[in-house]
Amino acid sequence: MDKKSDFHSSAQQTQKLKAVIEESRSTPGCLMHVLQEAQGIYGYLPIEVQSMIAEGLGISLSEVYGVATFYSQFSLKPKGKHRISVCLGTACYVKGSDKILEEIEKVLGIKCGECTEDGLFSIDSCRCVGACGLAPVMMIDNEVYGKLKPEMVKDILDKYKA
Amino acid sequence: MTIKELDAIRKNKEDLIKVRRLVKEEGEKLAKKTGYRKQVLVCGGTGCTSSHSMQVIEQLEKSLKELNLTDILVVKTGCFGLCALGPIMIVYPEGAFYAQMTPEHVKTVAEQHLVKGGQIVKELLYQGTVTKEGDIIPFSETPFYKKQMRIALRNCGVIAPENIEEAIGAGDYSALEKVLTSMSPDDVINEMNASGLRGRGGAGFPTGRKWSFAKASQGDEKYVCCNADEGDPGAFMDRSVLEGDPHCVLEAMTIAGYAIGAHHGFIYVRAEYPVAVERLKIAIAQARKYGLLGKDILGSGFDFDIEIRLGAGAFVCGEETALMTSIEGHRGEPRPRPPFPAVKGLFGKPTILNNVETWANVNPIIMNGAAWFSSIGTSTSSGTKVFALGGKITNVGLVEVPMGTTLREIVEEIGGGIPNGKKFKAAQTGGPSGGCIPAECIDTPIDYDSLIAIGSMMGSGGMIILDEDTCMVDIAKFYLEFTADESCGKCTPCRIGTKRLLQLLTKITEGKGEEEDLVKIEELANHMKQSSLCALGQSAPNPVLSTMRYFKSEYLAHIVDKVCPAGVCKALLTYHIEADKCRGCTLCARNCPVKAISGEIKKPHVIDTSKCIKCGLCMANCKFDAITRI
Repeated sequence: MDKKSDFHSSAQQTQKLKAVIEESRSTPGCLMHVLQEAQGIYGYLPIEVQSMIAEGLGISLSEVYGVATFYSQFSLKPKGKHRISVCLGTACYVKGSDKILEEIEKVLGIKCGECTEDGLFSIDSCRCVGACGLAPVMMIDNEVYGKLKPEMVKDILDKYKA
Repeated sequence: MTIKELDAIRKNKEDLIKVRRLVKEEGEKLAKKTGYRKQVLVCGGTGCTSSHSMQVIEQLEKSLKELNLTDILVVKTGCFGLCALGPIMIVYPEGAFYAQMTPEHVKTVAEQHLVKGGQIVKELLYQGTVTKEGDIIPFSETPFYKKQMRIALRNCGVIAPENIEEAIGAGDYSALEKVLTSMSPDDVINEMNASGLRGRGGAGFPTGRKWSFAKASQGDEKYVCCNADEGDPGAFMDRSVLEGDPHCVLEAMTIAGYAIGAHHGFIYVRAEYPVAVERLKIAIAQARKYGLLGKDILGSGFDFDIEIRLGAGAFVCGEETALMTSIEGHRGEPRPRPPFPAVKGLFGKPTILNNVETWANVNPIIMNGAAWFSSIGTSTSSGTKVFALGGKITNVGLVEVPMGTTLREIVEEIGGGIPNGKKFKAAQTGGPSGGCIPAECIDTPIDYDSLIAIGSMMGSGGMIILDEDTCMVDIAKFYLEFTADESCGKCTPCRIGTKRLLQLLTKITEGKGEEEDLVKIEELANHMKQSSLCALGQSAPNPVLSTMRYFKSEYLAHIVDKVCPAGVCKALLTYHIEADKCRGCTLCARNCPVKAISGEIKKPHVIDTSKCIKCGLCMANCKFDAITRI
């Protein structure tokens, strides 16, 4: 960790995580499930949360960290309030999704994998959401935007700024 | 639940489902018997919900209420296949196929078609079902559907996947009933062997043989796993089966459990498929409630239950041993084989793992017999294959065809050809593990062995169509970026090999390539194939090798002539303004983000190539086609 994180777990969050750990700990191979639930509670997996999980499941922190960093779905850094996910699957790529990603990066002034300073947006790329009929597509939170052209990007993002 | 009760549910729902299988006159008669004058099916698959099919259902329900039409059944189904035209809505018994529906259109259809004595609203139909003379043909007669044969997808787009009784009415669990009442475990395995079914996940290993190995293994506990970690970008066959007919997978896994002596199953599914996960959860809960999972299934004394495990975004977890390591809760790294999973798999116990589409073929094989199944397709690849057709093709969607169908039939007839008058260049099958089939091989029959012979592979069924605007070096680089990113890092040939291959390809696309790079690529690729631990590394060089085999001239153009013939690789492009066409309107200069264009008003402009970042905005904005890209 390059800087001290300002992570804080509310009593409610801690209680929720403890409940998840308690009900899962007897299931063999439950670590991924617990990490998924924990990410649902906190939005990301800071080292403090990983420690709580390691302690709760009675395994080493290095094992938790190893799994958390192996899978792309887990994030050790906080994400934006609105998560933009641009599909770079093959069907979208051959229809120019790389240009959509470039345009979003330009409009928001951040790179893929980063979060805007005001915490409003974060950009990620993903591999296929399965809406290939609408290629190229991106998702903002749970909403899918299809048949995109670079010039449409700004208007779509503006809707989330209001 | 007893067998009698299962039969009663089937009988009760059978007619309702039959109406949706397009049996014209008979459909009308049947519809009367069911108590529903019409049934409206709306696609609730990911493709159509992404184009807002839920709003279509909402409006439909609202309109039906307003018009007081109580004898119409609304059904939210899985994928119909023609995703390019979503949201899709089909009205039975006439089988009217409405495409690209909006809430407004739904209102019109409700008021003009669904009311008593109403007529089909021709202009809102999928225009492929309307002839030049204005007659309406059944959608099954359109080029997209005509050559298809739906076995794995038999119930997708036909039943409501969240309703187990509809699934039973459509035939799900009939094979389980047959197996538990009249077949021994050996009978089941013999039938699977005789059918010639090969794994649909990519490698094509004979399913029956896999099962017989696991049966022969000794163990106090055995497992049955389903691979639903469909990681090939651009493939969505398995997702569609899970979203459209989840019960067919549960049934097949239970049958396999009975055959090999396992009582526990796992479905490993991508977390990126929230709709599929939700429907699976519902299906499992319903199957337990109806006694089709759990203790003493159908009074046979056989116990079997299934759990879902979510993946977390790692392509390598589609490899069988990595998938099992991941279910065990670890980093999803593959393990050396042997021992094979049939001997020592999940939690160290004998395990079989089959892919979703493979499971979807089990019920029809048991019900119709191995001889029927092996009569479809070719002698070494029996049955059908589902493809997710995508990329530069008119009818993007899900298609299921008998093995041995040629690529030409898929592209030109079913797929409706290449849009915008462009030329077909190649089809990519098998995703990051597969290769390209060039235009000169368009008459190749699609089966396991023919595809390997031409340097590609079946893969799980992603089929991306490429046109003349696609650069083959860039596509190879795209896949290498993917595999380099997804390599788990456990073995050196894959971890370092993918990175080095990517470096070499990047060098070529940047115009810095040398001819000897091609030799290096080939050498490295062969080392990776021979020495990588798992299929990810062994097959990672395929996209490069197959494009080098068929499109060598394109590689040489990048290396020797320093040009990208398709006009994709930015470093090799230059933009020019043709002086005789330029009117000096200044539009390009005003749009240029780096002020690389200069010139006086009403006089030809010039691009300063040292400043140009090759974004292409000038070309896109020019109204006189004066800008060319070389």
